[in-house]
Amino acid sequence: MEKMSRVTTALGGSALTGRTMHCHLDAPANAISVCRDAAQVVVAGRSIFKIYAIEEEQFVEKLNLRVGRKPSLNLSCADVVWHQMDENLLATAATNGVVVTWNLGRPSRNKQDQLFTEHKRTVNKVCFHPTEAHVLLSGSQDGFMKCFDLRRKDSVSTFSGQSESVRDVQFSIRDYFTFASTFENGNVQLWDIRRPDRCERMFTAHNGPVFCCDWHPEDRGWLATGGRDKMVKVWDMTTPRAKEMHCVQTIASVARVKWRPECRHHLATCSMMVDHNIYVWDVRRPFVPAAMFEEHRDVTTGIAWRHPHDPCFLLSGSKDSTLCQHLFRDASQPVERANPEGLCYGLFGDVAFAAKDSLVAAESGRKPYAGDRRHPIFFKRKLDPAEPFSGLASSALSVFETEPGGGSMSWFVDTAERYALAGRPLAELCDHNAKVARELGRNQVAQTWTMLRIIYCSPGLVSSASLNHSVGKGSSCGLPLINSFNLKDMTPGLGSETRLDRSKGDTRSDTVLLDSSATLITNEDNEETEGSDVPADYLLGDVEGEEDELYPLDPEHVHPEEPEYVLPQEAFPLRHEILDTPSGPEHLQDKADSPHVSGSEADAASLAPVDSFSLLSISHALYDSRLPSDFFSVLVCDMLRFYAEQGDVQMAVSVLIVLGERVRKDIDEQTQEHWYTSYIDLLQRFCLWNVSNEVVKLSTSRAVSCLNQASTTLHVNCSHCKRPMSSRGWVCDRWGSGG
Amino acid sequence: MNRGGSSPSAAANYLLCTNCRKVLRKDKRIRVSQPLTRGPSAFIPEKEVVQANTVDERTNFLVEEYSTSGRLDNITQVMSLHTQYLESFLRSQFYMLRMDGPLPLPYRHYIAIMAAARHQCSYLINMHVDEFLKTGGIAEWLNGLEYVPQRLKNLNEINKLLAHRPWLITKEHIQKLVKTGENNWSLPELVHAVVLLAHYHALASFVFGSGINPERDPEISNGFRLISVNNFCVCDLANDNNIENASLTGSNFGIVDSLSELEALMERMKRLQEEREDEEASQEEMTTRFEKEKKESLFVVSGDTFHSFPHSDFEDDMIVTSDVSRYIEDPGFGYEDFARRGEEHLPTFRAQDYTWENHGFSLVNRLYSDIGHLLDEKFRMVYNLTYNTMATHEDVDTTTLRRALFNYVHCMFGIRYDDYDYGEVNQLLERSLKVYIKTVTCYPERTTKRMYDSYWRQFKHSEKVHVNLLLMEARMQAELLYALRAITRHLT
Repeated sequence: MEKMSRVTTALGGSALTGRTMHCHLDAPANAISVCRDAAQVVVAGRSIFKIYAIEEEQFVEKLNLRVGRKPSLNLSCADVVWHQMDENLLATAATNGVVVTWNLGRPSRNKQDQLFTEHKRTVNKVCFHPTEAHVLLSGSQDGFMKCFDLRRKDSVSTFSGQSESVRDVQFSIRDYFTFASTFENGNVQLWDIRRPDRCERMFTAHNGPVFCCDWHPEDRGWLATGGRDKMVKVWDMTTPRAKEMHCVQTIASVARVKWRPECRHHLATCSMMVDHNIYVWDVRRPFVPAAMFEEHRDVTTGIAWRHPHDPCFLLSGSKDSTLCQHLFRDASQPVERANPEGLCYGLFGDVAFAAKDSLVAAESGRKPYAGDRRHPIFFKRKLDPAEPFSGLASSALSVFETEPGGGSMSWFVDTAERYALAGRPLAELCDHNAKVARELGRNQVAQTWTMLRIIYCSPGLVSSASLNHSVGKGSSCGLPLINSFNLKDMTPGLGSETRLDRSKGDTRSDTVLLDSSATLITNEDNEETEGSDVPADYLLGDVEGEEDELYPLDPEHVHPEEPEYVLPQEAFPLRHEILDTPSGPEHLQDKADSPHVSGSEADAASLAPVDSFSLLSISHALYDSRLPSDFFSVLVCDMLRFYAEQGDVQMAVSVLIVLGERVRKDIDEQTQEHWYTSYIDLLQRFCLWNVSNEVVKLSTSRAVSCLNQASTTLHVNCSHCKRPMSSRGWVCDRWGSGG
Repeated sequence: MNRGGSSPSAAANYLLCTNCRKVLRKDKRIRVSQPLTRGPSAFIPEKEVVQANTVDERTNFLVEEYSTSGRLDNITQVMSLHTQYLESFLRSQFYMLRMDGPLPLPYRHYIAIMAAARHQCSYLINMHVDEFLKTGGIAEWLNGLEYVPQRLKNLNEINKLLAHRPWLITKEHIQKLVKTGENNWSLPELVHAVVLLAHYHALASFVFGSGINPERDPEISNGFRLISVNNFCVCDLANDNNIENASLTGSNFGIVDSLSELEALMERMKRLQEEREDEEASQEEMTTRFEKEKKESLFVVSGDTFHSFPHSDFEDDMIVTSDVSRYIEDPGFGYEDFARRGEEHLPTFRAQDYTWENHGFSLVNRLYSDIGHLLDEKFRMVYNLTYNTMATHEDVDTTTLRRALFNYVHCMFGIRYDDYDYGEVNQLLERSLKVYIKTVTCYPERTTKRMYDSYWRQFKHSEKVHVNLLLMEARMQAELLYALRAITRHLT
């Protein structure tokens, strides 16, 4: 509001009005410039040179300056500028090296005024003196800048940059005699118009060509430069050495830069290639553009603020042959879309979390992290009261440390390394992975693998799956070994060892465990029934007839039948492999009377309670085992999502890879990609390069498999001379050939 | 297929020019003795190159650092006449072949082979066949294009166009490569491939233009090397050695002529440099001048009857073709003059609308990081390289001459600079030089020593190598500009 009123005064009581609009040009534009009355704009390009009136609702073509029998190269404009003192005076820079001035006051149709053919190469920029009516400056590809007095036929003085081509020249707005020029080689020079012999000052501003520069309209000595190195820099030229005050990193080379009127720290940029948007940056906030205009479909080639005292109207021309007026209120503001929270894991499992002050304050009332917040540390950024975003930018950073050893992720590393993801039949993969999980004491996961195997391997295999478990029981069954893995890892000795490991490794909150230990154990018993005992029965009995009874054993669904099966189970020693811990409240009630309680098992039961859900979904699946495995895919997908949501993206991805086509189609691409990238990221954090590469390779997601197409080189150095090797082997050619 | 086994006769090591062939046909008994062409180049006396090399430690250092073979190959030796440039060249080549990049190493060499095969450049093919195998390439691929993955095969079309008529490349070609499902190229890969193709097309120009000899000590034959064939007719080599000596010793009568030529050229350069163009040439005039050069370049080669190879003749007698053609399809596809088809649709590429500095660089660097800087440095280097000498004269500003060479090459590819007066080309480049330029950039495989010798007779060899460098880089840039413009259009 305050700004608006200022604008009104600046404009002498008549504020600009208009809306976001565009009009089609006949040809791509190379540059635009605004008349000082803020009501006309000139557009110039290789084959266009027109003046448009800016009306309330639309652009209206007012004058076509490309007249004459034949188009001349003099009309092929690289740049155009409208004099800010004289409404009738324009100048263009032609690609053939000619500087042309135009006088709109001429009565004839041809408004061409003067022609300066002094440059030998393309003229990249022309610039009128801000206050002098007759002074024009040009900068050319030939490395020279020339100053013209429009009352004379030739240039008044020539400035040699002693370097490659000049990309931009700009008169200082505040210092009458000064102008800045930017060069192809990254230099910026400061000249005094009275001293053509040598520049006052020179410094390297960018790496590669500096395409543009702009003097700050109010702050004396502030110069913004933009370069091919994708940076916008703001220099303070008042100090003896040019000082870089701000630096904005954009995403593409910067073609034009223009300070925003009435907003001290704002500037607008557009880029030379690839990126078509116009950005308005607050230079103090170099990472997120303050505003963004996305109207153009090809690169924007010219931008101009409509009025030197109005910050709301921006005009632009583009290669897509359109002229646009952008209103600031219609700009999209990336800040709004930015996620104001940040979260990051440290190397040892510490978590840092930053969020808006208000957000944190509100949440801390509810204590969402009460259980985990062991040593919260708060930092608060000291705010510059002058900063305009103090409301936005103020945030709190909390760091949550893990207790030493508490965040051990060795299970993750082991799992990642030992899982088999491809190259064998599905059944074997599942068995192998189940075994791995079991050995690491992750019984829930092991169970899941086993179930996947049951679901997805042909009906005939159901029996073999169960068989495995019975075999696992020990040789007492006397059945032939089907899976040697199972046999090995299910010997009682090993089992208890695993359990031991787990109790050492698992440092989850003990309170939970204690509270529900009894229940948990009961649940285990049930699990056991399902996983190992009954299958044994089933094997010994009639296969077809018993099939149904195998599945109802799921604790949740078949409680009434439970006693029947629980009884035989007691004949067997308890096994650790079925230690999953459904801990939903219903279980607490149902199985409190289970007979077996053992300390070690209680310990083992302390898996994350969340796991129970997946178990539930699988039990659904088991229930309907006669259905084609397709039927389960929905449930399996739910299970995967569940794992992923619980943070075990490893499981989600591994299952996804192992099952491949069977489930892939049921999970949308984006989710898959998300999982893959998270998992890969995690793997790389643990330096598991091989595994991560394997995962990349096995992934079917296009974006993911691209990851290892970016670079395929493995550098090997010669063991003698330490130079990069060109061929295979251990020493390079010059040693190998005896030379 | 001449690989392995049978040792070819000495005569078969050289292509025969039409003239000699006629003679041979008449008299079958004629024996052609193998000319003595030792040293890295068939055009340049060995001592010229070697002298330069022995003194230059810098070169040795560069070879140590960047050469892939660990030794000084013939190309490097000849280029080392311009050490400054050599560094940029080796660095960029090393980067695109060895360093981090989107394509696997064997692919890179195979692409180099495909590119060199377009110009039947057996020198480069052999070099990269070795490298291909060393980097773990599958030997079977070397049997020809039918044996390579479809993905590589798809590159054939763009290879063909890029080599001979880059102006025909459209965004549809890019789309076809990028969006074909199974065998698609990712954009970074494609850019890498395009850079390699352009590099090796241009390098083939240099190899033929400088008469690079086959490496003397070919490593153990792996069965895939092509018989090293010099594309220079024996008669050339025999004759021209004399001319060579003559012009160098200065005892020949021809020298007077050429000296005055040189002076005249320098005079013209000076005039162009100082003279402010008083009369303003109209756009029409400028356009006409450009079109004239463009069109004239048409007749430049065909006018040279002695060394022209009419199409049919050229094909049926090519010894190498059968061997080389397994890496390419459509071997008959060649440079077609730009201006030949319908006058009204001359596709002129306006240089100012898509320049290397503004556009090409940004795109290439975005998709294949850092190569942009290396190429940028190389282009800049070659464009600005000067010793301010011309033949025996010193303190000469050769800018106009270098610019004329560079722009003339671009002109043949239809790239026009608004700020260049193509009349200058006419004034600065004599006809024999134009013939040479046209041949080296458009049909390098037809370059002969006679062409090399016939222009600028009084100039030093190192200066002629300098010309070759300019031609090579101008050609590479032209190809890149067309390809990158197509990619940009595909992106927008």
